[in-house]
Amino acid sequence: MTIKLLGAVSGMAIIASSAAFADGHAAPEAEVLHYWTSGGEARSVAVLQEEFAANGGTWTDMPVAGGGGDAAGTALRARVLAGNAPTAAQIKGPAIQEWYEEGVLADISEVAEANNWSGILPEAIAGHMQCDGTWCAAPVNVHRVDWIWANAEVLEANGIEMPTTWDEFNAAAETLQAAGVIPLAHGGQAWQDATVFEAVALGILGADGFRKAFVELDMDTIKSDDMIAVFDQMRTMRGYVDDNFSGRDWNLATAMVMNGEAAFQIMGDWAKGEFMAAGKVPGEDFLCLSTPGDGFLYNVDSFAMFAVDGDDKQAGQALLAELVVGESFQEVFNLNKGSIPVRTDVALDNFDSCATLSADDMAASNEGGSLLPSYAHGMALRGAQAGAITDTVTAHFNSDMSSEDAVQMLADAIANSL
Amino acid sequence: MTDISYTPPQSGSRMAKIVLRWGLYLMLGVFILFYLMPLFVMITTSFKSLDEIRTGDLISLPREVTLEAWRTAWSEACTGIQCEGVRPYFWNSVLIAIPAVLISTLIGALNGYVVAQWRFRGANLFFALMLFGCFIPFQVVLLPMARMLGLMGMAGTIPGLIFVHVIYGLGFTTLFFRNYYVSIPSELTKAAKVDGAGFFRIFWSIFLPLSLPIIVVTVIWQFTQIWNDFLFGVSFSQAGTQPVTVALNNIVNSTTGVKAYNVDMAAAIIAALPTLFVYVVAGKYFVRGLTAGSVKG
Amino acid sequence: MTKWFEEHLPKLVLAPSFIVVLIFVYGFIGWTAWVSFTRSRLLPRYELDGFIQYDRLFDSPRWDTAFSNLFVFGFLFIVIAMILGLILAILLDQNIRTEGAIRTIYLYPMALSMIVTGTAWKWILNPGLGLEATVRGWGFEDFTFDWLVNPDMAIYTVVIAAIWQSSGFVMALFLAGLRSVDQEIIKAAQVDGIPTWRVYTAIIIPAMAPIFLSAFIVLSHLAIKSFDLVIALTGGGPGYATDLPATYMYTMAFSRGDIGQAASSAMIMMAVVFTIVVPYLYSELRTKDD
Repeated sequence: MTIKLLGAVSGMAIIASSAAFADGHAAPEAEVLHYWTSGGEARSVAVLQEEFAANGGTWTDMPVAGGGGDAAGTALRARVLAGNAPTAAQIKGPAIQEWYEEGVLADISEVAEANNWSGILPEAIAGHMQCDGTWCAAPVNVHRVDWIWANAEVLEANGIEMPTTWDEFNAAAETLQAAGVIPLAHGGQAWQDATVFEAVALGILGADGFRKAFVELDMDTIKSDDMIAVFDQMRTMRGYVDDNFSGRDWNLATAMVMNGEAAFQIMGDWAKGEFMAAGKVPGEDFLCLSTPGDGFLYNVDSFAMFAVDGDDKQAGQALLAELVVGESFQEVFNLNKGSIPVRTDVALDNFDSCATLSADDMAASNEGGSLLPSYAHGMALRGAQAGAITDTVTAHFNSDMSSEDAVQMLADAIANSL
Repeated sequence: MTDISYTPPQSGSRMAKIVLRWGLYLMLGVFILFYLMPLFVMITTSFKSLDEIRTGDLISLPREVTLEAWRTAWSEACTGIQCEGVRPYFWNSVLIAIPAVLISTLIGALNGYVVAQWRFRGANLFFALMLFGCFIPFQVVLLPMARMLGLMGMAGTIPGLIFVHVIYGLGFTTLFFRNYYVSIPSELTKAAKVDGAGFFRIFWSIFLPLSLPIIVVTVIWQFTQIWNDFLFGVSFSQAGTQPVTVALNNIVNSTTGVKAYNVDMAAAIIAALPTLFVYVVAGKYFVRGLTAGSVKG
Repeated sequence: MTKWFEEHLPKLVLAPSFIVVLIFVYGFIGWTAWVSFTRSRLLPRYELDGFIQYDRLFDSPRWDTAFSNLFVFGFLFIVIAMILGLILAILLDQNIRTEGAIRTIYLYPMALSMIVTGTAWKWILNPGLGLEATVRGWGFEDFTFDWLVNPDMAIYTVVIAAIWQSSGFVMALFLAGLRSVDQEIIKAAQVDGIPTWRVYTAIIIPAMAPIFLSAFIVLSHLAIKSFDLVIALTGGGPGYATDLPATYMYTMAFSRGDIGQAASSAMIMMAVVFTIVVPYLYSELRTKDD
């Protein structure tokens, strides 16, 4: 159904494009490598393709699913080395600067300046999109990572409020466990372990501590007693997870919360997309709150443009960059994806209560200096460093390692990754 | 046949022999269950509706057989924003696998023929180098290979993928043919040479006609390897040239919310049909081909 | 001129393969060796920087796990697949009427990619959905089979799936071997009244020594390359308990942007391959060459 619609739209667009580009400009063309393949994500990409086509562009889709972008990363490296880079690829965080240092990214400053990106993007996020003072990537959305999701009915039946401290969370979990409900829906994949870990760390270390530990890699903070407390809490939470969690996908864990099998899930707001797709209403069927503690961990998706030959492709890059940050796309896309617009000047009338909460918190934490990059989702550190931390986190969570040993291992792993 | 069972019983009664026979069948049956279990689960699941999967258990037969999942997997399942199922990718795989199998088998046959029958100084070194090449982990070659394909202008194309598969199949095809031809007496070649036959003539009219069993083994091996490859497929393809394993991976990893296990399983079986077909049809010749000498080492 | 051509024709036929192998196998190994001595991250770089990557590798607890898993997995996989393959071959060799069908059933897993069957195995081994749940559903409430989610046992589920996939192929090799043992010797032994099991242990199996070697080589090749299997079945988890060198290398190169580290782990893998294959090649080519 949607597909037929899309076909019709792009058909019209082709007619439109021949008119629009009659003045001799090349028709924009883009081959886009991405790993947005799940339902809500794929719908969001379809929105982008639709707009791209409506503006006269030809979009070639190159999705590679799996492993949180691992497979896509493999394909991207092979193609860049082959001198056959895609027009645009989904890359984020410090990886953008790493690719830039390899000298393969295109400069899109012209588009960025024409559209006043520096005026409409939060400063911390704009920083990720710049390489040596030029703009090298276009941000798509802001995901908040430190969310806790809950099944409203289950909480009410057990007389539980949304927890605002980790102690409250533990107490609630004990009650739920006694009532025969799985307190925490969780999937035992390394990145999910890391997602929970960073939410706990933000709560216990505080915003400054988090920045010192996971952005600046300050050894004193990493080896501190607070870090031991973080691992202690992880150990406690291991007890709130069902026995069957190993290897479970995150969206299946979300489904457990949806059908009342489990009460809570700690996951970024892409989980909201799953709730919405199932027709659940925020505030009624499910509840959302930031995890205990102050701060805001962001995960910003973005497209980096590669240096490619051909006017048509370069026109495609300019068009893509402009559309991605454009107001209408920001609204439609983020409604589908569960995230919030990256530009601060988009009206949030059509967004749900969780999204407005997220946007308010983002503005407040931007002021207060607690708007922080998510380490678990590759926003804070280089891949090797983030990976070293995740290795330790997942090894600890999946064994009976003591918190002291885990902290020591963490320090060693970070030192070894530099 | 090793013909052991035709031995007249040295001791014991007819009864004991029957018991032994039944024990034998029982053991074979147990192993059959072990080997068939995953396939059974895949097939039954692919015919169930999602509701039934959620409520029923793993081993039960479908209460209502539905072909819905198969149709979805073949032509409707979404990977990214395209909802074309595995069909277009299936044909890509065919276009990659068939030429790659034929070329690597032909070159392997010629190589094996030379190494086994036209010995010269260094032939063994060549063979050793080829054999060691069988063991190189493919992850090692991804990045330099990508660069080479780019330099040759074949990056992201089907000929590029064929090229890669031929190169890394040569070690095995050469091994198979060499071990087979080594067991053919070299007097045959010598006699033919005396009669004035040339290099290709001898290969064409003496060796090739003898080679059917080993050709079957090689083709089965190569086809299985190439059809099932994921790593090269995901690395060296671009939009439009991705093989079926990549599409399958996309489908299995793409489902949102309720996982459509039946579609996953149907897609998995579709992706496996060609290799299954080859094994079922040519399986007999496979063991025969192995017997004919390739394994004598 | 034509005479020269005739004489060198065999070499000319080999030449393209030789060049291709030299570049695409040995050239690439050399390239990897070089990169393993650099600080390459996202993309390869070529300034040498000593043994830093090897130091990092040997300091990494994850590599420890991956490397020792290779031996646990490799040993169990090779030994059990060989024994099972031999048993199946002997059983099938007793004039079974439906041999063709049974053989195909034992052999078919080899035809399937693990991307395909991994999904099914993951399901069967999952305690909440698969075997454990089913058997409990039959009324055996205490039945437990949770290896897949148990970090200490998960590597054995990888072994089970790997054996399932490859033992049929080993069976085919052994079956072929059984069929090519000299029938006269066996008949003579039987005439002498030697019991059947003695015929197997004393005559047939020793005669198949070269096949054990072939099977060993094929299986160790599969063990070292095992990658799809782990990715599809456990994704390396729980934690990184089922990591193998091939998956370690892939993770480092492609999800962590740590290509130097990946190259050093690849070189260690190559060293393991070398120690296995070179003795085989040596014996193989010596005996054939006299």
